[in-house]
Amino acid sequence: MRIRLAVNGRAQDLEVASHALLLDVLRDVLDLKGAKRSCDTQVCGACTVLVDGLAVSACTYLAVEADGRSVLTVEGLADGESLDPLQRAFLDAGAVQCGFCTSGMLLTARALLRENGAPTRDDVLHYLRGSLCRCTGYRKIVDAVLTAAETAR
Amino acid sequence: MSARPLRVVGHPAPRVDGLEKVTGRARYVTDLVLPGMAHAKVLRSPYAHARVTRVDVARARVRPGVFTALSSADLTWCEPYFGPAFRDRPVLAIDVARHEGEPVAAVAAVDEATAAEALELIDVDYEPLPSAITLEEALGPGAPLVHTGEPLSGHFADLSTLRPQPGTNVCHRFHFERGDTVTALAGADLVVEDTYRFPPVQHVALEPHAVLAAWDETGALTLWASTQNPYSVRVELAKMFGLPLARIRVIVPHLGGGFGSKTYAKLEPLAAALARAAGRPVRLAASVPEAFQTVRRCAARVGTRVGFRRDGTLVAVECAADYDVGAYADIGPRVVQKATYTATGPYRVPHVKLDARAVYTNTTPGGAFRGFGVPQLAWALESLFDVAADRLDRDPVDLRRQNFLAHGEEFAPGDTPIDGKLEESLGRAAEAIGWTRAGAADRGRGVAAMLKASVAPSVSEAIVRLHTDGSVSVLASAVEMGQGTRTVLAQIAAEVLSVPLARVTVVQPDTAVTPYDQTTSSSRSTAMTGRAVQVAAEDVREQLVRVVAEALGVAARDLALEDGAVVAPARRLTYAEVLVLRFGMSGGELIGRGVIAPGRTAAPLGGSTPFWEMAVGAAEVSVDEETGAVRVERYVSVADVGRAINPLLLEGQDEGGVVQGLGHTLLEEMLYADGHLLNGTLLAYRVPRADDAPPALECRFVENADGSGPFGAKGAGEGSLIPVSPAVANALARLTGVRFRDLPLTPERVWRALRARGR
Repeated sequence: MRIRLAVNGRAQDLEVASHALLLDVLRDVLDLKGAKRSCDTQVCGACTVLVDGLAVSACTYLAVEADGRSVLTVEGLADGESLDPLQRAFLDAGAVQCGFCTSGMLLTARALLRENGAPTRDDVLHYLRGSLCRCTGYRKIVDAVLTAAETAR
Repeated sequence: MSARPLRVVGHPAPRVDGLEKVTGRARYVTDLVLPGMAHAKVLRSPYAHARVTRVDVARARVRPGVFTALSSADLTWCEPYFGPAFRDRPVLAIDVARHEGEPVAAVAAVDEATAAEALELIDVDYEPLPSAITLEEALGPGAPLVHTGEPLSGHFADLSTLRPQPGTNVCHRFHFERGDTVTALAGADLVVEDTYRFPPVQHVALEPHAVLAAWDETGALTLWASTQNPYSVRVELAKMFGLPLARIRVIVPHLGGGFGSKTYAKLEPLAAALARAAGRPVRLAASVPEAFQTVRRCAARVGTRVGFRRDGTLVAVECAADYDVGAYADIGPRVVQKATYTATGPYRVPHVKLDARAVYTNTTPGGAFRGFGVPQLAWALESLFDVAADRLDRDPVDLRRQNFLAHGEEFAPGDTPIDGKLEESLGRAAEAIGWTRAGAADRGRGVAAMLKASVAPSVSEAIVRLHTDGSVSVLASAVEMGQGTRTVLAQIAAEVLSVPLARVTVVQPDTAVTPYDQTTSSSRSTAMTGRAVQVAAEDVREQLVRVVAEALGVAARDLALEDGAVVAPARRLTYAEVLVLRFGMSGGELIGRGVIAPGRTAAPLGGSTPFWEMAVGAAEVSVDEETGAVRVERYVSVADVGRAINPLLLEGQDEGGVVQGLGHTLLEEMLYADGHLLNGTLLAYRVPRADDAPPALECRFVENADGSGPFGAKGAGEGSLIPVSPAVANALARLTGVRFRDLPLTPERVWRALRARGR
C-alpha cells in the first residue's frame, strides 16, 4: 500500500505491506534505528515514537495507520546540533545508562510536556508507566524530565 | 612527580557515550546490517523434558527464501557442545530436550517472516519424559535425571575441581569449613535457624540477546555479539570450529543492558553455525520470551543456622544451600561456590561449615545475575540477624556493628584482608534513614549488610596510544553495557596523561584489536581493567618524560605533565612537540601497555579477591493491611567503593541496583506449572516501573581510597542490590511482627501472612 507521511519533518512516500509495522518501516526502510524493538507487546516503551504528537508503540502500530500523519522519532528531536532540552537534561542528570530505553523515554516525556508543561513528579511517574528502564532505577530519568520542563518554561 | 589534586577522576563527568545515546545514533547489534545478511529463527522444545526422536528439516530447507535449516544431525562438522563450566549444552538439542524453550532446530532465511514460516515446516517427534522442575523434584528419591552422562569440563581453571555426583541431578558440590561448628553451636547461648527461599528471576535486559555472525573468504569468523565476555565467547567458538583463536573476531557494540545475562556464550555458537551453513552473514536476535528461555538467576533454598553468645558475639554459622541451575550448568557451579564461600557475610565467624549443591532441573539454565549467588544467601543470613537481635533484645544495627570484620582483618587464610570500613557504611546508612529517631507508627525500618568477593584470579590488559595531535586511544575489552565503563576508563587515562576527557577515545571491544580482558562482570572492570588502563597510561607518561629528559638533558624528576604538555623548569613542550622530538617528524605514536594478572594464590578458591564489595542498605516501608501491598517509602544504600571515579555514574549504578533488587523482593518470580513457564513475557512478568521505585532513594559512598584499583577504587554496582530483600523484610517484620522466608513479598503472600497473624 502507498502511504504518505512526514517523518521528522521530511515528506516520505512509501510502498508498504498492509501488515507492516511502523517500527519495521522506520528501522529497516528509513534506516532510523533509534526506536528499539524489545517486548513486542506495548509494555516496555523502547519503540515509542510520536504520531501527531501522541506517544505510540511502533512495535504494534501499523505503518498504514501513519498515512497522512506526522511521525517524530528520536533522530528528529534535536534541532541540528542543538539538543532538545530533554536530551540535554537526560545527559546532565545521568538519566542514560545502556541507552536502549532512552529513545522511548525521551519521546514519551516529549508527549507529556506537550500536554502538560508543568508536570508534578507524580504526573511524570504516571506518564512513564509504559516505559521500562532496567538500568537507572528511574530517579534520574524523572529528575531529568522535571528539569527539562523547567528549562522549557 | 608529586601528588596533585585530581582533575578528572572523582568528578561527575557526563558519560562519554551519552550524546550518541540521546540522539538515537548509538548502535546495538540489531542495528547493524551486512550485505546479503540472513535472518534466523529458532524452533524450541515445547516440553520441559522429552526425547527427540526425529527432526526433519527437509521441507523447511527447500522453501523459497530459506538459506539453511539445521538440526543437531547437521552439525557433524563442528563440536556440538559448549559451556563455561561443563560443556553440557548442545548448540541444538541432541536426542533429548532438557527444558522448555531449548533450541531444537534453526533456520536462516531472507527475512524474519520467511524464517518464522519455515519453522512451521520442520517436523519434530517428541516422546515426553518425566521432568524435575523444582529443587524438591530434582533432589527427591527416584528423581528424573536431567543429564545421564558425564559432561566434559569447560575452560576455567578455577572450576577444575567441579564435582558432579553421578546418578543424581547434583552437578557440583562445594564444601568449606573451619573450626568446629558442632561444639560451637552446642555451646552457644542462642541458635537461630530457618530455611529461606529465593525465586527464579530473569534479568530483563531491555535488549534481548543478539548476534550477527559472518565468515569471510579466508574462512575466518567475525561476530558482532551482545556479550559481556568477548574473550570467553572466542574460546567457545574456537573449540567448536577447531579454529585458532586469532581467526575468530568478536566485536561488541553497545549492549542494551547485561546484568550477567550476557556472560559466556549463549546464542553465538548457533548463529556462527547458521552463518557457516548459509554461506552468508546471519543475524540471530532473541525475543523477550526467548531471553526467558536462555538464562535466569539460580533459584535457591538456603538453610542457615547461626549461633550467638549472650553478649551478641557471633560464634558459628552453618549454611546448606541448594541452587537450582536449570537444565545446563552455564556458569552456575561458579555462582554456587563463589557465593557460598562468603555465606557468612561481612562478619567475624570463628566456626563455619558451608555446604552447597548446584542442582540440575528441567528449566531455563541458571547463570550469572548481578550479585552472583550472594543475594540468595544474604536473604537468609541478614533475616536471621534480625531474628537473633530480637531474641537477644539487641538493636539490629548494634548487633551487626559488634560482629563486623574490621579493616585489615583476615576473611579466610590466604585471601585478601578486608579492605573497607563496614561500620562507616552502617553508621551512615543508619543516620540517613533516621534509625535512632522515632518513626511514624505506620512505618517500619530495617537494615541489612553484604560482602561479596570478585572473581579471582583474573586477567585484564590494556593498551593506551598517544597520537601526534596529543589525543589518546584506550584499547581495552571491558564491555559498555550501561554501567559507564567507557567513561570511567577514559577518565583514568585522561587523569594520568593530563588531557581533557574529550581528548580520550575508548575503542569498542574487538578481540582482533583490543587486548584480553577476562570478563565484564563481578564488578571488576573499574578495579581490574581500570588499573590496566592506569598502568598503560603511566607507561606512556614515562615514555614522554624520558624523551624530554634526554632531549633537554634534565632529570626526569624535574618534569611534570600538565594540560597536554611536558613541563620542564624552563620549557613547556606539548605532546605533539614531544612526539616530533621522538620521531623526527609528525608521525608515530607512543604506545603503553598495562597488564593486571595477580595469578593464583593460596586462598580457598584459588585466587585472592582483588577487592571486597561491601554495602549496607536501610529501608523504610509501609504496608496496606487491606491488600498486603508493601511500599518502600525510603531507601538508603551506602557502598564502600574506595574512590568514586565518577560519582554521577556510580550513583546511577547503585540506584538501578536497588530498584532491580526491589524487583525480586516485591514483584518478580518465574512461575512454572506442569513444566511450562507461565509468565515468560513482559505482559505477565512484572519488573519495577517508575512508580514502583522508592519516592526517596539515596545512594551514598564511603571513600577512603583503600582499594587495589586505580586511585584507590574498588568495584561497585552489585553491592546495592544485595541488601534490598533482607532490609525490606526486616523493616516489614519490625512493622508487622511477621517474618517472611519466601520471596517475592507479593501482596497476596503478605496479606495471607498478616491474616494468619490474626489481625
